[in-house]
Amino acid sequence: MGAGHAHKLYRHGHSPVHALPPHTKLAAVFAFVVVVVSTPREAVWAFALYAALLAGVASAARVPAGFVLKRLLIEIPFVAFAVLMPFVAQGERVEVLGLSLSVNGLWGAWNVLAKGTLGVAASVLLAATTELRELLLGLQRLRLPPLLVQIASFMIRYGDVITDEMRRMRIARESRGFEASGVRHWGVLAKSAGALFIRSYERGERVHLAMISRGYAGSMPVIDEVTATRTQWSYALALPATALCVCLLGWTL
Amino acid sequence: MHVPDGFINAPVSAAAGVVAAGAVAVSLRGARRELDERTAPLAGLVAAFIFAVQMLNFPVAAGTSGHLLGGALAAILVGPYTGVLCVSVVLLMQGILFADGGLTALGVNITVMAVVTVVVAYALFRTLVKVLPKKRRSVTVSAFVAAVLSVPAAATAFTLVYAVGGTTDVPIGQVLTAMVGVHVLIGIGEAAITAATVGAVIAVRPDLVHGARGLTAPLKLRVGGELVDAPAAEPVPVAARSPRKVLLAGLAASLVLAGFVSFYASASPDGLEKVAADKGIDAKVEDHAAADSPLADYGVEGITDARLSGGLAGVIGVGVTVAAGTGVFWAVRKRRTSETSPATVPDVSA
Repeated sequence: MGAGHAHKLYRHGHSPVHALPPHTKLAAVFAFVVVVVSTPREAVWAFALYAALLAGVASAARVPAGFVLKRLLIEIPFVAFAVLMPFVAQGERVEVLGLSLSVNGLWGAWNVLAKGTLGVAASVLLAATTELRELLLGLQRLRLPPLLVQIASFMIRYGDVITDEMRRMRIARESRGFEASGVRHWGVLAKSAGALFIRSYERGERVHLAMISRGYAGSMPVIDEVTATRTQWSYALALPATALCVCLLGWTL
Repeated sequence: MHVPDGFINAPVSAAAGVVAAGAVAVSLRGARRELDERTAPLAGLVAAFIFAVQMLNFPVAAGTSGHLLGGALAAILVGPYTGVLCVSVVLLMQGILFADGGLTALGVNITVMAVVTVVVAYALFRTLVKVLPKKRRSVTVSAFVAAVLSVPAAATAFTLVYAVGGTTDVPIGQVLTAMVGVHVLIGIGEAAITAATVGAVIAVRPDLVHGARGLTAPLKLRVGGELVDAPAAEPVPVAARSPRKVLLAGLAASLVLAGFVSFYASASPDGLEKVAADKGIDAKVEDHAAADSPLADYGVEGITDARLSGGLAGVIGVGVTVAAGTGVFWAVRKRRTSETSPATVPDVSA
């Protein structure tokens, strides 16, 4: 089910970023985010440079800006939290447009917004240029415990199956005239969730038996070993390395 | 509740990452014991189930709806280790694939939402099931209580993390009231749904509910019109695990005592602290709390900090003690079981 079942965030392409081995990309994104998080929040220009770096990666990957921006909407709940910060934080206060705001809170809000947005944008670019199966292979190459990778791969593979099963149950409920409109209907929905659990668990048992009958003995065979050359590593790590330079500048300036 | 990047400073994120990695490592071992070699497919499918059930919307009133977080449900249905694993995998995939929750905050997210929720829920659930009469209803009631408390517990844990490594000095008391207040409400919804779901599963497949093991009524045979206990003795592998449960409960209790209770207990200054404050010994505590994280140039307020550092020191102390103790224990046990462990490998192919 790996091939042809790309996730919704993936954007098919043949750019140099798509071609990089997945583990180098994972490592690069992780290092980049770490660097961004450890940048002092007063160095406002550094965050602009980070954004420019990501924009460079996006254009190299031929991912349109609109695609990334739409995906950034996921952080809206925390934007709301960040907006509240200047009102509740303590410390000296300034008057902005007639509102008394905390200086510290403003910095805090800026800090969360800038770092959070950059982090989300980096993850979105990673997901947009890397296929699911590749991501899992990359995680395995990065020495995540194999069992954890297997669990994750089963979750990914059967995520759609289970979600579809849930959708069919919803359609079945609705075609019988059920419409959940309040707390009174929780019982029905919870029974659906219970049925879904039983079905998932039993499917897991069947999958296990099918695997056993095909010779599974605790570890998955690796069919396509991904390796990265020195050049590929240096391409991928160019992003966090540049970011690190910016970060160091931000600390010293 | 997914924490984004930049919300918690780097050193604390790293520390939370270490805690999360440790918890996942322990759960990987534990899940092998709960599910043996079926771990990969079963835990994977349960993770997919949690992922799906988080998308199931429960209408609250006109227009608004909530969804399940699933930590307590996972703990009760498949056991604590598998529960931690499943929720962690869901969080990992949400972070990498859907950019939901920052990558550097992954440790914080896993610690708060997977570890704290599951451990609190399971500890409460098991205790209640043991205490309450052995009936099906008591399982549902315990599930309700476990879930209702697990969500505010996670919110409290988040507040603790925020107090240590938050990047803004919002007064901790306000964060705590806001977080816990909101999450008590969320917890009630979570609890109602969790209890109903556990009830639905236990009505159909009671054998699948991990937390309700041992509640099955003994098999009776009707021999000559009279009910007689069936002779077949059920193989109960649970007995072998009981010391671990005791250990876990003890660990949880000591962590709670060390962290939370000392946090509150020291709110009214006791003798030693009064002295410390008078003599200015506490200044050192504050200084230290700020000094250990190079990126935190924003100290938390005086009193809260002193209280908090007490609680934190307690938690860290318990952690270090347990880690050292476990290390010794494992070292000893490994030597003892090293001859027997290869023998279990051929079982897999059977």
